[in-house]
Formats: sequence, C-alpha cells, structure tokens
Amino acid sequence: MALTMTAKRRLVTTALLAPASVWLFVFLVLPFIAMVIFSVGERGPAGGYQAAFTFAQYANLPARAAAYWNTLLLAPVGAFFCLVVAYPTAYYLAVKASPRHRLLLVSLVVVPFWTSLLVRTYAWMYILGSRGIPNLLDMIGIADVRLLNTPGAVLLGIVYGYLPLMIMPIYVSLEKLDRRLLEASADLGAKPVSTFFSVTLPLSLPGVMTGVALVTILLLGEYLIPQLLGGGKVFFIGNALVDLFLQSRNWPFGSAIAVTLVAIVVVVLMVAMRIAWRISGTRQVDLI
Amino acid sequence: MISAPTNDIEFRSVTKRYGAVTAVSDINLTVPKGAFVALLGPSGCGKTTCLRMIGGFEQPSEGEVLIAGKVANGVPAYRRPVNMVFQQYALFPHFDVEKNVAYGLKQLRPKLPVAEISRRVGEALEMVRLSGFAKRRIHEMSGGQQQRVALARALVNKPSVLLLDEPLAALDKKLRTAMQIELQTLQRDLGITFVLVTHDQEEALSMSDLVCVMSAGRIRQLATPQEVYDRPADLFVADFVGKTNRFDGTLEAGGTVRLGNGAALPVSRKDLAPGAVTVALRPEAIRLSRGTGNAATLEGTVTHRIFLGSAAEYSIAIDGLGDMLVTAERQTQNDLVAPGERVAISFDPGTAHIFPA
Repeated sequence: MALTMTAKRRLVTTALLAPASVWLFVFLVLPFIAMVIFSVGERGPAGGYQAAFTFAQYANLPARAAAYWNTLLLAPVGAFFCLVVAYPTAYYLAVKASPRHRLLLVSLVVVPFWTSLLVRTYAWMYILGSRGIPNLLDMIGIADVRLLNTPGAVLLGIVYGYLPLMIMPIYVSLEKLDRRLLEASADLGAKPVSTFFSVTLPLSLPGVMTGVALVTILLLGEYLIPQLLGGGKVFFIGNALVDLFLQSRNWPFGSAIAVTLVAIVVVVLMVAMRIAWRISGTRQVDLI
Repeated sequence: MISAPTNDIEFRSVTKRYGAVTAVSDINLTVPKGAFVALLGPSGCGKTTCLRMIGGFEQPSEGEVLIAGKVANGVPAYRRPVNMVFQQYALFPHFDVEKNVAYGLKQLRPKLPVAEISRRVGEALEMVRLSGFAKRRIHEMSGGQQQRVALARALVNKPSVLLLDEPLAALDKKLRTAMQIELQTLQRDLGITFVLVTHDQEEALSMSDLVCVMSAGRIRQLATPQEVYDRPADLFVADFVGKTNRFDGTLEAGGTVRLGNGAALPVSRKDLAPGAVTVALRPEAIRLSRGTGNAATLEGTVTHRIFLGSAAEYSIAIDGLGDMLVTAERQTQNDLVAPGERVAISFDPGTAHIFPA
C-alpha cells in the first residue's frame, strides 16, 4: 500500500506527538477539567465533593487572601532576587570564563540539583535556626536575632533553590549572543558599559524572561520552602491547597483556589512573552 | 611645520601569535591616504587578522600598527577613527535600520543634538539609497539591503579608514557585481581609505588600487591589480591570482627553457641563472593554431572545450607534458577547435613567467 508523501509525513508527525499528547491529556487536561467542575461544586457533609453549580467557592476566595498575597508578592520578588544573583553569574560563565573552565563551572551550577531540595532546605533550617547563625551572632553580642520562620528566610530559600533555573536560560542566551555584535558596538565607538546596556542586555532579555517566567511560575505553586523556612507563618497558596485537600477536605474551595492560580499563571506567561517579543525584536523567543 | 601623515595605515614588523600558532609574521605595510587596498589570500593567510588589528579587535604580539601616523597599539576599538563592515554585517537585530545607523552617532561625546543625528542618519541612508527603509527591522531586509545598512552604519561617523571584511561574500553574483561598482564609486566620492579583505581575486582585482597578496601570514606581493596579474612576484601569486599553467623545466644559457618533453621554448629572462625553473603561463597568453607547428611550439590534442560565447576555453593534452588550459578569443565564427583535433600552441617569450624552482 503506497502512502503519499504528505500522508506519510502526517502519520510521522502524529506518531511523534502522540505520547506527549496522551500524557498531557490524561495528566493535565482531564485533572484540570475535574478541578474546574469541583470548583463550582459544594463540600460534601463528610468533606470531599458534592455535585452543584455555584460560584460560592470563588466568592469565598478572599478568605485565603493572605496566601495569595504571600504568593503573589514573594514569587515575583523571589524571581527578582534570583535574577539579580543569576545574571552576573551567567554573564561570567558565558562571556568571561575561559572556554576550558566553562563546562566545569556550568556543571557546578547544576550539581546541587542532584541532591534533594528537601535535604538542602533542611540544611538551611539548621543554618538559620537558633543553633546556626543566630547562635554565632549571640556569641559576638548580638542577641535575639530571629532568622528562621520569617519572610526573609523564605526568600533566601527561594533564591537558593531556584538559582540554577534562572542561571541556565540566561547563560544560554548570552552564550549564543553573536560576539561580532559586541565588536560592532565597540567599533562604532561604544564603551564597554554602553555596549552592555545597548546590545548585550537587550539581546539576552529572552533568556531573562524565560528564567523569570520559569521561576515565578514554579514559585506560585511552591509548598516546601514556605513550610520549612516559613514555619507556617509565611503561608503560600501551595500550603493552602495542601490544607484544604488533605486536612479540611474542602475540595471545591481548594479547586477554586487552584483554578484561579492557573488563570493567573497563564496571564503572567502571556504578558511576559509579549514583552520579550517586543524588546528583542524577534518572534523566536523560546519561553520555556 | 609638521606635515600631515600621508599614510593612513602602517604596519611596522607586525607579528601576531595565538599560542603556538603564528597568524601574521613580520609584516610591513603602508596604505596611502585615500587608497583602496585589498588584502587578498586564501583562508588562514592572516588577512583577517591584519584587518582586526587595524580595527582594534586584536593587538599585535610584536611590532606596531599606526593609524593616521599614530601608534595604535593598546588603543581600544571604541577609540579608533576606523569603522568596519563586518562579515555577515553584524547588524543589531533588536534595532530598526535607523537606530542601527544612528548607533555610532549616539556614542559621540559631547552628545549630538537629536536633530543633527537624524539629519546625518538621513544623509547616510540616502547615500546607500535606503531612504524609505528607516523604520524597517533588520530581518525584514534582503542581503543586499543589509549590506548597505552596514555600509551606512560604518560610514556615518566619517571614519578616516573603512575596513571591509569579506563584505560581498554573502551576496549572489549579480548583486556582488553591482555592489563592487557601488563600493568603488563610494570610495572615490568620499575619498576615505578602504581596506578590503577578500579571498576572491576577481573582487580584489576589480575594485582596488592596490592588491596585497598574502599567504601563510606573510605578504607575497603589494602592487596594482595589473602588476599583480601581469608580473606576479612569485609562483604563489601567479597561481592564486587568475588561472595559470605551470610546467617544470630547465633554464638554459641563451634564454631557452627545456621542458620535460624535450621541447625548448624561448623566454625573455636573461637575468636568471641557468637551472631548474617553473614556467607559468596565463591561458589567454597562449596562441592556438590547427595542425603542426615548428621548433618553438608545443603540440597536443584538444580534450575538452568550454564555450564561453566571446571566447572558448580549451583543455589540451600537450604531448609528453600534461594538460594545459588555453583561452582563445574568437576572431571569426568558424575558428572553434573541436575536441580530438591536433593543435600547436605558442606564446610570446615576454608573457611567460619564469620562477626559480
């Protein structure tokens, strides 16, 4: 049986996309539909879900305003601090480091990923806890410093945990930056600082946007770091969801919060992409 | 009174090494003010390194590079009165045409007034005939247009020297010829020194006043295009510039060269000592006639013919010697020789280049 070329190509495309499509449908689309249905339902007498059609859960969202506030504040702020630390690092790795050492240095950035974030966050708990830095400060006469279970501790944990995710996309965009553009800039009389701000930075923005979007989106669903370093005092949406689904078994309310979160993520992502396109002047921005 | 320097660029015993590799070795070169110089050579001959040392992107390991009479060693690229048209143009993809061209002007201190910048950008775009394209993005421009944007961007600061790194390599043949003429006109009108790097001998010969043939980090010949072609300094130049037939032979007293097949050809080099030599002959310097010749000719059989319209290119198997390329202008409509025919070839003694082997 002879297939035409187009038919054959279509078959190959379908075959290549099938596993990912099935996976996404079963584990993303279906659960999301279920979540949307739950979110307009009611909590059953013994918890869980009871069929209904009401927006009562959405009307009740302000009850978790603190979680939204913490998440929507600390996610972008965390991403921002990540960026501040990551950009110079990525710049050094991509531009200044000698090619011989580059691979080693880049792998040093990635290596911490090989150990569990849980273990590394526990280490921070110890460092920030009363037997860690506060203890040392106490010895030199600065008493009663509280580090653990503060927003600052959560922020620190966030920057520490998500740094590689910010460094890598920026590194990639700086690494593929055409060096001749920098030479052209210098040739036209631009001093190095001027070249950085007029050429290097704008052309690395796609990487910056990717990193910021990646870290922000993951932070919006963060659970572990606020739990361990925030001690339940810095409460994220992720923590609220765990409570609602596992403790109070209020599935409809939890679903409403989750759906709202997804909506926020989608909007953030779309705006970020638009901005990246606008600035870099191309449509070839690989956002995630 | 100090006279103004008459040379825009000067290399004094310049050597450039990368680790163990010597890219440029002990080069001396002067480029007169207002000249159009082509650095010509195969890839890896050091021509681009020389250009980059003028631009300030590389520093010589030894020797001095002078720009407008001043030693430029250690002077960063952004302080040099030279501008470059980069290979593949290196236009800023995030700026439109206007911003690309204005880039150099915006770096000037004290700052130029905005009106002055836009006036000069307009002039530069007009010069390269891109007036209506100011707001276009770079990726919306064709290769030829990008090339002209690059030219405008490099010329807008009125450099004393314009450097061109294989500027026409990315263009198709027709556009290339048009740009060659445009570049030449531009250079004459502006009176700016142009230094062009190319591996394309046709480009070098057609555009420049001076050709600097390089190989293996050294200058082989610096002369006018005509001189380089007609009187190549050595076998490398003869081979690299234009087409050349080469034969090994022995120069004998009395001004004849005895070739491998025993033929003795008269040549006009009385200055060389007798001994082993290589004879180089341009394909168009050779005369072709049907049938057999005489003592001063070579004979052979035509193996291939490439018809070029106004001329024909023949490949001829010379008896006992090997293949020879001959270009024959057509005089009449029936003077084409067919493959398989026997021919005799001859040449004026003065057109053969003799190099000691």
